[in-house]
Amino acid sequence: MQNFEAGSFDVIVIGAGHAGAEAALAAAGMGAKTLVLTINLDMIAFMPCNPSIGGPAKGIVVREIDALGGAMGKVIDKTHIQMRMLNTGKGPAVRALRAQADKVLYQAEMKRLMEEQDNLSIHQAMVEELIVENNEIQGVITQVGAIYRAKTVIVTTGTFLRGEIIIGNLKYSSGPNNQQPSLKLADNLRDLGFDLVRFKTGTPPRVNSKTIDYSKTEIQPGDDVPRAFSYETSEFITDQLPCWLTYTNERTHQVIDENLHLSPMYSGMIKGTGPRYCPSIEDKVVRFNDKPRHQIFLEPEGRNTREVYVQGLSTSLPEHVQRKLLESIPGLEKAEMMRAGYAIEYDAMVPTQLWPTLETKKIRNLYTAGQINGTSGYEEAAGQGLMAGMNAAARALNKEEIILSRSDAYIGVLIDDLVTKGTNEPYRLLTSRAEYRLLLRHDNADLRLTKIGFTAGLISEERYERFEAKKKLIEEEIIRLRKTIIKPNEETQSIIRSKGGTELKDGIKGQDLLKRPEMTYEDIAKLSPSTIQLTDEMKEQIEIQIKYEGYIEKSLLQVEKLKKMENKKIPDQIDYNAISGIATEAKQKLKEVRPLSIAQASRISGVNPADISILLVYIEQGRIAKISG
Amino acid sequence: MEFDTIAAISTPMGEGAIAIVRLSGSDAISIADQIFRSPGAKALSNQLTHTIHYGHLIEPTTGDVVEEVMLSLMKGPKTFTREDVVEINCHGGIVIVNQVLQLVLRHGARLAEPGEFTKRAFLNGRIDLSQAEAVMDLIRAKTDRAMNVALGQMDGKLSRLIATLRQALLETLAQVEVNIDYPEYDDVEEMTLPMIIEKSTWVKNEIERLLQTSMQGKILREGLSTVIIGRPNVGKSSLLNSLVQENKAIVTEVAGTTRDIIEEYVNVRGVPLKLVDTAGIRETEDIVERIGVERSRQVLKQADLILLVLNHSDELTIEDERLFEAIHGMDFIVVINKTDLEKKIDTQRVQELSGNRKIVTTSLLQEEGVDQLEEAIASLFFEGSLDSNDLTYVSNARHIALLNQAKHTIEDAINAAQAAVPIDMIQIDVTRTWEILGEITGDTVEESLIDQLFSQFCLGK
Repeated sequence: MQNFEAGSFDVIVIGAGHAGAEAALAAAGMGAKTLVLTINLDMIAFMPCNPSIGGPAKGIVVREIDALGGAMGKVIDKTHIQMRMLNTGKGPAVRALRAQADKVLYQAEMKRLMEEQDNLSIHQAMVEELIVENNEIQGVITQVGAIYRAKTVIVTTGTFLRGEIIIGNLKYSSGPNNQQPSLKLADNLRDLGFDLVRFKTGTPPRVNSKTIDYSKTEIQPGDDVPRAFSYETSEFITDQLPCWLTYTNERTHQVIDENLHLSPMYSGMIKGTGPRYCPSIEDKVVRFNDKPRHQIFLEPEGRNTREVYVQGLSTSLPEHVQRKLLESIPGLEKAEMMRAGYAIEYDAMVPTQLWPTLETKKIRNLYTAGQINGTSGYEEAAGQGLMAGMNAAARALNKEEIILSRSDAYIGVLIDDLVTKGTNEPYRLLTSRAEYRLLLRHDNADLRLTKIGFTAGLISEERYERFEAKKKLIEEEIIRLRKTIIKPNEETQSIIRSKGGTELKDGIKGQDLLKRPEMTYEDIAKLSPSTIQLTDEMKEQIEIQIKYEGYIEKSLLQVEKLKKMENKKIPDQIDYNAISGIATEAKQKLKEVRPLSIAQASRISGVNPADISILLVYIEQGRIAKISG
Repeated sequence: MEFDTIAAISTPMGEGAIAIVRLSGSDAISIADQIFRSPGAKALSNQLTHTIHYGHLIEPTTGDVVEEVMLSLMKGPKTFTREDVVEINCHGGIVIVNQVLQLVLRHGARLAEPGEFTKRAFLNGRIDLSQAEAVMDLIRAKTDRAMNVALGQMDGKLSRLIATLRQALLETLAQVEVNIDYPEYDDVEEMTLPMIIEKSTWVKNEIERLLQTSMQGKILREGLSTVIIGRPNVGKSSLLNSLVQENKAIVTEVAGTTRDIIEEYVNVRGVPLKLVDTAGIRETEDIVERIGVERSRQVLKQADLILLVLNHSDELTIEDERLFEAIHGMDFIVVINKTDLEKKIDTQRVQELSGNRKIVTTSLLQEEGVDQLEEAIASLFFEGSLDSNDLTYVSNARHIALLNQAKHTIEDAINAAQAAVPIDMIQIDVTRTWEILGEITGDTVEESLIDQLFSQFCLGK
């Protein structure tokens, strides 16, 4: 085939899933001339698995993406069919928003955003080869021989790399949802010297809504209060669709037991490592065989379709067994299966081959983001895509790189975990992975990250000014409550009584009264009204910041220690072999991960505190040598 | 460079006349100020650098005097580490110096890692380049040795017990986490505040029990500090000699200290006794006369066990009664000696004075009754407040410090749960407790929470 020059760009993004879309929008938004190449333009931001966005940890990632100037929050705000705030009773650190998406509308909206974005070209093509010279990326070559040159390239190919779908004993080469897999690029990456691993994930069957007997299920409505992910959203969707809950039973489990030999999971046909947090129904039944039933959520895939996602029934059993499974479940006895569930195996990068900017260590100016890095989940992919897009653009435009710390954002936790520790199963964010989760809340994502988005050029001047004004009002109100004394008069006592608290003996500072568990900001505001008009969002901020001040301060103290260790940078040219005293295993890990700071080094498993001490002394020695030499 | 404040015993372990506990870091002086009282009640922070101060260490929460000390105050940067340094000179002896160390650890200092003072000295530019290699070797060597020592000291029972506590905390945490990360799964039992309080209280009680046994561990390691008292010529030195002769002495004469203490280590039916010859029983035979009741009270206070010797062939005297007074409330055994001679003692009065303590009659001259005495000592130790089947010994200073920290964090969790603080905050302190306990056994693998989550619960799409 004849190769031809097809254009030259600052940033090329391969793939337009949740990672690719954010990467492209961010790079273009920062002013880099950007090209997106995708196998199928109709599949931009497609959701091959559950039609939902958000949830614990993940929902906070969406807020963070929005605060940094990304798209996911805005798009889901316009295209959801229902939203719920989760964990409202469990404390502010773990509150999280989750939306059920209209899959088709979500895709269309993301595609529209990309089409309208300045500096962004979109083209349907399959990339087969990366052009690399002197360990530096130069561009890409597509299936038709088109050569696109670029300063930086971001690979966001998700589960397409040597993807294989497995249903029962049927196995065929395919991307998700029977799309074209990417075969040559996987070989190319291996030839370039990258370590790839084989991962597995799966999806449940979809059924036709008109064949479901909802009277046998429980309704799961959205919240009555209008909700939104984006700090920018001002129009809310009020017309929500419910989800439905049903359960498996002994018959379902019996069907699985009888047909287990037909499951590729147990026949040995699937070799890839699947995620523990997302087991197939056959896994659940085998591993937890004492449980009499498992929950099954019926989630509509959109407003203009009858397709319903059967959450909880992920399986790779043969299609005829899947039919029997559905028949055994109340409400689904007569359900018509529109698509069968399947397992998919794919190649993923070993993520310790990446710098915290998501640039590969081997090839300069080449970045990878999303499921290719061993994660799972749309939000995890989008968060990485955004950061890779920002960093690739920053590199192309000679700007400073952007690395989020573990204390800045869940996105920081996610990327640090990947590049420092690696993962031996598809990685999912959980709130328990964040050591400073009290600081990484749903409510304060803007306070944490808007400035970073603004500095990068992804947040408009106008939005930033609004944010600054909000921040100022919050701070002023906190100071006011710190000073204001609330008198123990009858009005005060009656409010306290009605809340079940103990009456005041003396006057008390507004903030101290608010710290009582039973009191809310609104109670205090009744007794001592603010002169300024505060939004509910601001009130929530004020209440959390005052109420949990002690815990927040404890966390901040830990963060301060972390920052000190983060500020101790490890020189890039350090020769770990030359350091006597570091244990052999630690040396190996350090050479592989090549941590940027002492803080990152100390998080590598197998590197113990004594190794860190020695490393500190060695680096200090080098510093003194430089000064005196 | 700013560091937290570290502390360690910087004199060799063992019985010396003087031992030094050294503190270094930005809070060294403020920590010392919390626990040090000089006669003029001067604050150390207002004193000149490189000065020495006499005074007492106190436990500020109770006001109890811990030890009489000389304290060297050295403000940075002209110190070994270039940080503020306080050196507490206290009396030698493992028990005292450990008490001092624990006191500073309870009030904000962290136990220094091996070689950490030297490391700080280096990082703060105090040691020149040529010494850097040596510092690294030192850290490695000391760490390896300390690790071996710590492992050697760690009783299998202790690590199993800690593992049990950690597992209980981990299961609690996993249940909290699963409710948080998978809120839609209604079939997982919600971890309620009362459940957290119950679990945490159990863990707290176990930690407290371990801390109590740390005292017993000390006794087993160092011996039950035993003092023999009695009027002149009742047979104190005979008792000492027969205990030593009958039981092979483990250590003899640790002399040369300022206070001329002679200690004999003997093993009585599995109970190690450290027989303290406080003021030289052999010399004068007259403890009452020599040091007076007031002073003997001071000496007796440090003993774990008192053997009070009375004369069978003599009537009870006022001195005897005063001795009973002096040891009131302590663990003691009454030895009525000289049963080979005619009985003049009022045994009913002795019984009254002894309360529920054991009384043993002996004739040391005829070598009678020593067996019964030994049995009494052994049963006092093994049956008293101690459950000998359930002894877990915590002796390492680092372990004790960590257990104290763990106790505080779990108390914070309990208090927060009682105040109905949201579960995600309480979880912070529970997690911290789990981590601290892990530092004792050397397991702090973070992944284990996530492993627990997925093995304990059935989750997924």
